This record gives sequence, C-alpha cells and structure tokens, in this order.
Amino acid sequence: MKANCWYGKHDLRIEEVPDPIILNPRDAIVKITSTAICGSDLHIYNGYIPAMAGGDIIGHEFMGEVVEVGSAVKNLKVGDRVVNPFPIACGACLSCTDGLHSLCENSNPNSWMAEKMWGYSPAGLFGYSHLLGGYAGGQAEYARIPFADVGPIKVPDGLSDEQVLFLSDIYPTGYMAAENCNIQPDDTVAVWGCGPVGQFAIKSAFMLGAGRVIAIDRLPERLRMAREQGGAETLDYAETDVMDELRQMTGGRGPDACIDAVGMEAHSFGAMGAYDKVKQTLRLESDRPTALREVLMSCRNGGTVSVPGVYGGLVDKIPMGAVVNRSLTLKSGQTHVQRYLRPLLERIENGDIDPSFVVTHRFALDEAPDAFRLFNDKADECIKVVLKP
Amino acid sequence: MDTLDRDRLRPRGDDGDDGDATTYASPQLATAGNGADDYRTIAQDAREQRRARHVRDDSAVQALGWFSIALGAAEIAMPRAVARAAGAPLPAAIVRTFGAREIAAGVGLLTQPRPAGWMWGRVAGDALDLVALAGSLASSRAARGRVLLTMGAIAAITAADVNAARRLERRQASLPGEMRRDGSVRVERSVTINRPVEECYRRWRDVERLPEFMSHLQSVERIDDRRSRWTAKAPAGMRVEWEAEITHDAPNEWIAWRSLPGADIENAGAVRFVPSRGGTVVSVAMRYTPPLRTVGKLVGKVFGEEPEQQVREDLRRFKRLLEAGEIPTTQGQPAGRRSALFRMLAKVNPA
Repeated sequence: MKANCWYGKHDLRIEEVPDPIILNPRDAIVKITSTAICGSDLHIYNGYIPAMAGGDIIGHEFMGEVVEVGSAVKNLKVGDRVVNPFPIACGACLSCTDGLHSLCENSNPNSWMAEKMWGYSPAGLFGYSHLLGGYAGGQAEYARIPFADVGPIKVPDGLSDEQVLFLSDIYPTGYMAAENCNIQPDDTVAVWGCGPVGQFAIKSAFMLGAGRVIAIDRLPERLRMAREQGGAETLDYAETDVMDELRQMTGGRGPDACIDAVGMEAHSFGAMGAYDKVKQTLRLESDRPTALREVLMSCRNGGTVSVPGVYGGLVDKIPMGAVVNRSLTLKSGQTHVQRYLRPLLERIENGDIDPSFVVTHRFALDEAPDAFRLFNDKADECIKVVLKP
Repeated sequence: MDTLDRDRLRPRGDDGDDGDATTYASPQLATAGNGADDYRTIAQDAREQRRARHVRDDSAVQALGWFSIALGAAEIAMPRAVARAAGAPLPAAIVRTFGAREIAAGVGLLTQPRPAGWMWGRVAGDALDLVALAGSLASSRAARGRVLLTMGAIAAITAADVNAARRLERRQASLPGEMRRDGSVRVERSVTINRPVEECYRRWRDVERLPEFMSHLQSVERIDDRRSRWTAKAPAGMRVEWEAEITHDAPNEWIAWRSLPGADIENAGAVRFVPSRGGTVVSVAMRYTPPLRTVGKLVGKVFGEEPEQQVREDLRRFKRLLEAGEIPTTQGQPAGRRSALFRMLAKVNPA
C-alpha cells in the first residue's frame, strides 16, 4: 500500500510499504477513505516531536471501511464504515473505565520511554512518535486498529466523510477544551488560535452556554471563519495588545475562561519571540509557550485555563505566580475521544453542527508532502486539509 | 503434601494470618540454608532500600565533586599558571587534558545517582597526576621542593578519594537492583490491576503460563503441584535452567518460591495480592544470585537488562494480559525504510 512516511524535518515521502496485518485478536484493519492533516502533525513535520524514527507512517485522523477483524472483535464486521479515535485505548483499565481513554494504561508498548520523559505513561497514539507507542498512522491506504472493539465508531451512510471524519480528533478536542472551561451561563471565553481545534472550541463554548467568545489569531481567513462560522468576536494579535484589549472588552476583569489552542510552536513577535526561538533551536527548551504565557496572564482572577494545544516537554518562563496568586485552574490533556464519539455524533446527526465547515483543501494521498508544505506555510488561506487515498 | 514428612514442616514468617495457607518444606530445603524466603523478609529489605534509592547526600563527595570542577576549570583556563604553581614544567596540552578529566569526574559525582564508579575514576586520575609529577622531577626545570609538596597534597586528596569511594560502594550495595557482598540482587516492584484478586492469583499460580508475560523465560514445566523446571534466556543466546518449588501458597494472598540446590541461578521470591478499589495490587519481591556473580551482572547490564526494569516490564505485561487480554505490539506493522540503527535497537528492545 501507499503511506506517508516521515524521514526528518520537512522530509515526508509517499512510500510503497507492506499492507498492515492483524497482529492481536482485538485488531481490525480498515481501508481508509478519508484522512486529515492535524495541526499537531506540523510539530512532527517541523521536527519538534522527540522519538520519531525515519520510516514512521504518520497521521492520526482517519476513517474508512473495515476489511478484516481479529478473532476477539465482535462488534464490527467487514464492510462497516467507521471513524477511528486517535488515542488507542483498551477499555478495561482503571483509566479507561473512568473515561480517561487517552491515559489508557495498556496501549503504549513503549511505556518505559514515556515514564522517563513524563513520570507516567499515557495511552499510545496513532502515528505520533515512539514515545507514544510507535504505532503506524493513518495517512495511508490501510491501517491496523488495535482494540478495535473499543475505539472505532460506526457512522451512518447518510453523513459524508467530511461531516464525520473530525470525530477522530479535532471536534472532540475542541469540545473537551470548552468542557474543561467549566462554563457557567453567559461566561466570556477567550480562545487563542483559530485553527481547526480553535474553531471547534468556539462552537463548543457556545453550545455549553458561553455568552461571548473572543477569538485571537493573526490570519485574516481564520479570524473570518471564527466570526462567520463561530459567531465569535475577534482580535488580531499582530496589531493589538491582546491582554489590554481583553481587559477592556470584559469590564476590566478578564475572560472567565481562556483556551490555548496554539501549543508548542506559537508564533510571536519581538524580543521574547526571538528568545524562545533561539532556546528551542538550541534544545534548551522543547516548546515555545508564548501563547500559554499570555493566556495565564489574561484570564480573570479565579478563572479557568484550558490547554488543548500540544506541548511535548519543557517550557520556560511560565508565570506560575499568576496561577497561584490569582487562583487559576489549569486543565489539559490529550482528548479522551472515545467518550465523546457518541454524543458528538448525535449532535452531527441532529444538525447542531456540520464539522465539514473547517475544510479548505482536498488532496490525493500522493500529494501529502505538498499539502504539508502548504498547510505549514499557511499559504492559500489553508485551514484544514483532507487527503484521499 | 501427603508425601511429606509432617514433622519436618517449618512454617516460615507465619503469624497465623494466612488463612488456609499451605507451607511446604522438604528435606532438601532444610539443608539449602537460604534463610527465610517469604514475602515479608524479602520485601522488608526492598523497603529499606527504597528509602535510599540514591547516594547524593554525602557532603565529602559533593565537596570533592566541586573541587574537581574548580581545579579542572583552572587547568583548562590557565594551564601554565597551574603547572608553575605545582613546580612542574608540564606542557599546557597535558594540563588541559587533565583539566577535562577533572571536570568529567566532577560532573559525574554531582549528577549521578550511583557515583562510586566516578569516585574510583578520581582515584585513577590522582594516580595519573602523581605519575606525571614524579616524571617531571627528572627535568632540570622542575622546582623539586614544590613538586614534592604538590605530590604530598595530592596523596592526601587520594586518601580522601579512596575513603569516599569505599563508603559510596558500601552504601550503593544496599540499593535495589545493586549487587550485595554475597553476590545477590534484590528487587521489589508493584503494579495495580483492575481485576479481582482471585483472577490475579489464579493466573500467577498457573506456572506453565508464566512465560507469557515473563519475557526472559523460555518455558516452565510442571513436575508436580509445587515443583517445576524453569528455562530462561540468558544474554548472548545462552540458556539457564533450574528447578523451583513453591514454599508457601496462601490462595488469593501470596505465593513464595525458591530454587532448589543445583540451580544455574539461585533465586527466591514471593508475590502478594492485595485488594484495592475493586482491583488488585500485585507486588513481587525477588532475590537472586546471577551466575559468575559480578561478571553475570555486568554482562546483563551491557545487554540492557536492569533487574528492576525487567521485573517492572514483566508486571506490566501481566497487567496487560489480565486487563486487555493481550499485550499491545507494533511488531509486524508496516513502515517505510528503517535505518540500520533503528533495526538494531528494535532487536534489543522489541515492543
């Protein structure tokens, strides 16, 4: 089959590799019909995710048709159309039974590696480094899904691929980000980063009762989408003092909750931006936390900060004093996608939301390396890319 | 049981709280002289060890570490001044090399959790210094009196280094996973499994299935209800074998075992099952003596086989088998072209 393989920074190649086979009784194989590039794939593309190895098949947002099931998979059959969640979860450990699927205690074959890096190991993920299991990803023609009796959700034929594909990651991720904000009626929520996760966070914040959502980015097309699709007020951080503006917009108090949907490769200006860029390049810090710093400073006293953006390791100059002295609540986590699949599919079926609004570009799988370049450069107003194998 | 001479039964670590526990003993064991084998005894050791996982609080070691770094920095920054102060006409390049050595030893002493090796490194460095200084005495440009004074000072430091190295070695020997003076290694690890105690106990008691999660075992063959024959993989493709017997069996509570005389690897251990939040905390305490003692341990280390890590991984696989019904793997999945290094690492550490 053809697969999008990572070989190094900005070095992706479409390669002919063997088809996946069933390795464990709870595995299934799907023939992929649609797969997407996630913003977090750009961290891999730019070489900031540790423990990647040349030849890794990447991609963790995919859906398709079941073509083979292992002997222990009873709920799926050949021909079923499924969307697959990006964390791999056994469904039986304490974390899974508590609904914390991205913390599955059994799915990461390289737990020891993650324990060295983070203390304890989270779940394995598709196509997201050997630290998180080294599982082959879904930017390919076929994928093997471990614990297929727990993860994939069957989707009705009436809905198009693009309407349901984002159940695999970004829609639940935006939703969990908003849920983590503990939104009370009429709260004001500020969202840093208007990429696809930010867009879903905006919509989800309104669904959960927010009165106002203020979205922050610098790319006009993303701000426009936040306004027109999400109904948010917008701030362009390239031409505004964001903290000061937020203070004015909220009667001098600050937003009740703030979401960092930017993550480890925040873009920033001036001396502080250069400082982080240099430190990250020299590997003195692994992540550039510019957005997170601003989020922590901007949130109101006693407010909640929610971090769906991906951070991998160590960050520098985090205003911990603001967290302690202003009683901030900090919530984060890789998305426990499994627990959101059914309720969010219902919202799509009810017509509460049509997630396909984020898609701006469609490519063949063969064109993945070009698509990554375009998406990384934010060229041609690119917001979300769907690949067709 | 009925084949045993009841008069020879020796209850071990039995406080009467073991329910319908069965304590086995045999004539062979009575002469084996391994001491008590039950969980309490072995785990007691391990627990004492846990309080001292690192040797970092030794003030003499800290001082010698900082001294190393300071001296090394001086030797690198101003080699001629240092040589002049010592009275020896040593070339700057050599003094700088010594400086680099000093800094390496200092960093090792201040950062490593088990620094005895680095301290012996300092001792070797002292010897090198003394040889270089003695050699310089032959030179006409040497200030003999000052060189002798320097050598005296270094000899004093060497004595302090040797003293500290020995002390570190003694303390390290009590750390988990480190070898003791009698050549034995002790390990204790725990894992929490989201399954009932009965199931965990039953699975562990089925000795022939132990190789499903103990990666170093090739096979376990049941001889009778309490004795079995074990075959394990050893580094470099070798195999080791031993016969073991269960010395204590308290259903759903704990199991203790030990190797019988003539084992390639003398070992004893116990596993305990404690209910917790509807699941079970499974703890293993083990003591074993690698063949050829130090050599065996060293060979194991070179092949990446840390005893603690190995037990931890075995318990993790046990948990995965019981909870998920299978052990997750990526071996056999597709990938693009792998580098030679990756293929080599994958062999050493298969996931």
